[in-house]
Amino acid sequence: MSENVKAPKEPLFSKKNKKLVSEPLNDNNPVTIQVLGICSALAITVSVEQALVMTASVLAVLAAGNVVISLLRNLIPSRIRIIVQLVVVASLVIIVNEILKAYLPDMAEKLSVFVGLIITNCIIMGRFEAFAMANKPWPSFLDAIGNSLGYGIVLVLVSIIREIFGAGKIFGIQLFGDRIEGTGLYSVGYMDNNLIILAPFALFAVGLIIWVQRARNKALIEDH
Amino acid sequence: MKSIEKMMRKMEPKHDGKWAKFHPVWDGFYTFLFTPGETTNKGAHIRDGIDLKRTMFMVVTALIPCLLFGIYNTGHWHYVATGETTEYMDMFGDKVIYGLIKVLPIVIVSYAVGLGIEFLFCIKNQHAIQEGFLVTGMLIPLVIPADTPLWMVAVATIFAVVLGKEVFGGTGMNIVNVALTARAFLFFGYPTMMSGDKVWMSGIADVPRETLEANGVTGATQLGELATFTGAEADWAYPSIQAFSEHWSIMDSFFGMIPGSVGETSTLAILLGAALLLYTGIASWRIMFSFVAGGLFVGFLANAFAVNEYMMLDPLHHMVIGGFAFGAVFMITDPVTASQTNTGKFIYGFLGGALSITIRVFNGAYPEGVMMAILFANVMAPLIDHYVVGANIKRRVKRLKTKAA
Repeated sequence: MSENVKAPKEPLFSKKNKKLVSEPLNDNNPVTIQVLGICSALAITVSVEQALVMTASVLAVLAAGNVVISLLRNLIPSRIRIIVQLVVVASLVIIVNEILKAYLPDMAEKLSVFVGLIITNCIIMGRFEAFAMANKPWPSFLDAIGNSLGYGIVLVLVSIIREIFGAGKIFGIQLFGDRIEGTGLYSVGYMDNNLIILAPFALFAVGLIIWVQRARNKALIEDH
Repeated sequence: MKSIEKMMRKMEPKHDGKWAKFHPVWDGFYTFLFTPGETTNKGAHIRDGIDLKRTMFMVVTALIPCLLFGIYNTGHWHYVATGETTEYMDMFGDKVIYGLIKVLPIVIVSYAVGLGIEFLFCIKNQHAIQEGFLVTGMLIPLVIPADTPLWMVAVATIFAVVLGKEVFGGTGMNIVNVALTARAFLFFGYPTMMSGDKVWMSGIADVPRETLEANGVTGATQLGELATFTGAEADWAYPSIQAFSEHWSIMDSFFGMIPGSVGETSTLAILLGAALLLYTGIASWRIMFSFVAGGLFVGFLANAFAVNEYMMLDPLHHMVIGGFAFGAVFMITDPVTASQTNTGKFIYGFLGGALSITIRVFNGAYPEGVMMAILFANVMAPLIDHYVVGANIKRRVKRLKTKAA
């Protein structure tokens, strides 16, 4: 193809681009369909607040990373592309971590190593490899938004279940009365479920979400 | 019986009627009352009168001695802890009534909630109702303390039936034992209601420690006291393991005059059930035998290399305390979750028994290891079968080769 003949300019929010954002939310959810990023879903979903901060961090890293990788995609030698991707994601994670420490020190302490471990989040490397390396910056950016929101939805759903039934709270507000003083529901014998606080329950919760999603979304039912 | 059958036939929902969706429920009740009269009309199929319903019913019958003894034992320890009696046969009527008040509601809640969920899924999926829950519903009350609040029983039953069984496809498809899933849920979810020294004798949560001690009890089970031997000497419940064995004799434990979960205390009542299950061939003797063998093996091994007081405990004592006997007869033998091959059954049972005692003796944090050992063996069962079948194929291929050569 000669340089002069340009493909017709695609509108910013064409159908294809919109699909980049909407598909990961349901039909191609990174957590429930591709089963990526499970480790962080187990570790930080004990409260909704943590889940939201984690989602925001992943969103920032993935969006910036996808754009950077997409811009560099023609310069990166394919043999060392993983190292280059790692360098990009590592620097972005450090920036996010420092910002959290500066502005949300309590939250940074609660999330502890898990912000740093965003580097190893399969969703990020997966999107770099599968999308940003082969697409222009703007679709890459939309793809990042879609995927991190898809990840965030699952995280928030799991954390809502776990915070309500594990700690009896939502956003830190006590729902059933005070556990230690024994008021409200606790006075008639209600107890918070300790299993829900433990990491294995997050796996059960993700499993339940997958179950409900597959039952509702007929496109996902596999033939066998 | 004729009139009942006529009535049932009349009530059968029509395919196009408005109750068509409830056909599985009707079918469940009908086949529960009458052996289905359908005959196979193609091919050579042999039908046996012992179908799933009869099998399940036999297991429930085998559980009755444990339930009855559990009811009495619950009442007994309540009155001992409150200081009203010390003799085992004293106040017979009061103990039975107290036990009934405590245990019966748990049984009813377990059955009502579990069968409710089962019916719901059967109607939704239009499957025939399978009676897997008849046994599970009886097992759940027998493996938890009598003081467990009813709402916890309900929540645990829902969790176990939905996540332990229905997600895998219902009765006969589950990977792990459903009743033990319910117990594990309670154990990890509400540890204060499932361990410690406040729950094993009914109704002592608010009785002060001094009163209990004055009445000659601590509230702990033998396993709870044994677990203290894994810690520092200052925390030991008894000065030595001999003192422990003298306080709790093997004979008392065998008859079941010890605190514990409702149905697990009496090895004698469990053996009655075991006799029925073995006689009818419902439970596998291979699994039962190797489970006990595995437990004894680790028990003797611990004896031989004893480096602390707990390891010196008589292996026979291990057999009669906690849930070991109950697990050996009713839990590990569950045919759905056990190994299917005969060699596999020996390995599977041995693994479960050996692990049970290993967890007990070597992990002070979990005084009772039977539940976790059986759940672990359940998960391993398909793997064991896989290798047993593989080995068999290899052996036969080899034989074929030598024959051809």
